Amino acid sequence: MMQLVETAAEAHRAADGTLEASLFDYLLRLGDDSLILAQRLTEWCGQAPALEIDLSLANVGLDLLGQATLLLDLAGEVEGAGRDGDALAFQRDVLAFRNALIAEQPNGDFAQTIARHFLYSSFQLPLLEGLTRSADPRIAAVAGKAVKEVQYHNEFTAEWVIRLGDGTEESHRRMVEGLDWFWRFVEELFESDAVEQPLVEVGIAVDRASLRAGFDARVAEVLKAATIATPVYPRAVSGGRRGHHSEHLGHLLAVMQILPRTYPDARW
Amino acid sequence: MAHDWPLWEVFIRSKGGLSHMHVGSVHAPDGELALRHARDVYTRRLEGVSLWVVRSNDILASDPSKAGPIFEPAETKVYRHPTFYTIPDVVKHI
Repeated sequence: MMQLVETAAEAHRAADGTLEASLFDYLLRLGDDSLILAQRLTEWCGQAPALEIDLSLANVGLDLLGQATLLLDLAGEVEGAGRDGDALAFQRDVLAFRNALIAEQPNGDFAQTIARHFLYSSFQLPLLEGLTRSADPRIAAVAGKAVKEVQYHNEFTAEWVIRLGDGTEESHRRMVEGLDWFWRFVEELFESDAVEQPLVEVGIAVDRASLRAGFDARVAEVLKAATIATPVYPRAVSGGRRGHHSEHLGHLLAVMQILPRTYPDARW
Repeated sequence: MAHDWPLWEVFIRSKGGLSHMHVGSVHAPDGELALRHARDVYTRRLEGVSLWVVRSNDILASDPSKAGPIFEPAETKVYRHPTFYTIPDVVKHI
């Protein structure tokens, strides 16, 4: 395995220095999505509608945090500047984060949180399935571990979309509002750019556009069972991949980063 | 909310070949979610390979006030324990 890992890294370097830079950026995009979503989910600790849900959301958050650790450690390795996952998570400023906007949006009520995570996991699942076949064995290994976790996230959130959508008048209304709120951020998940194109060409990254049909089918299937119409939102919002974030991310990072930034040498 | 939800008893098979054992209970609106809640509450540390849930209301229990007639008659039947046999040294697993 080590042999493979080294060979892949050398291949990237030999092929093109900019491919390496693209790979760093790509890993930040993947890692930051998981990291920021994990941080958002921790806000439910002790406040979920029931103890059982509290644990479920914390479990999902921990899965995402584990993914973020692996992906950001790998990003640091690719960058080769001596930064590890912790340094990338806790010592970067808001403009350097590459997560999609959907990840940083506030939790809202339980239905809104479920809406966000159902939409995100319906995108993340086919993404990870594709990445298990990545030409970079290090990415394929992370995806292989994460894909089972996300399968569960998607099933769990889908169950709740259906129960709330097909539940009482109030739960239906809240579920519809939650999906409406997040629908404007869906488009960004499938956007590709000059950073990812060369990685897609060499088989390291997955072409995001190719994931859309699977996402649409999954969302349609679950919303139908939930008796909810697929939302329509005329204008999509994006920018997270280029560091153009909403005001919410700065506040989230303030909470997430305060300890390591205030006590840089602290150990626990 | 949890107080609206029925209670479900949770049973876990810790590994293949062993029986499911009762480990506790969860609240959930229905069986599917009870299984997921059981997974999230009771199998976080690799505790099992299979889960059962059953509505607590569906379990019939013996009456504690009749514990005497039900259980005490067995107290004097020590011969029911297989402790009166000499086990040969060659038999390792019993």
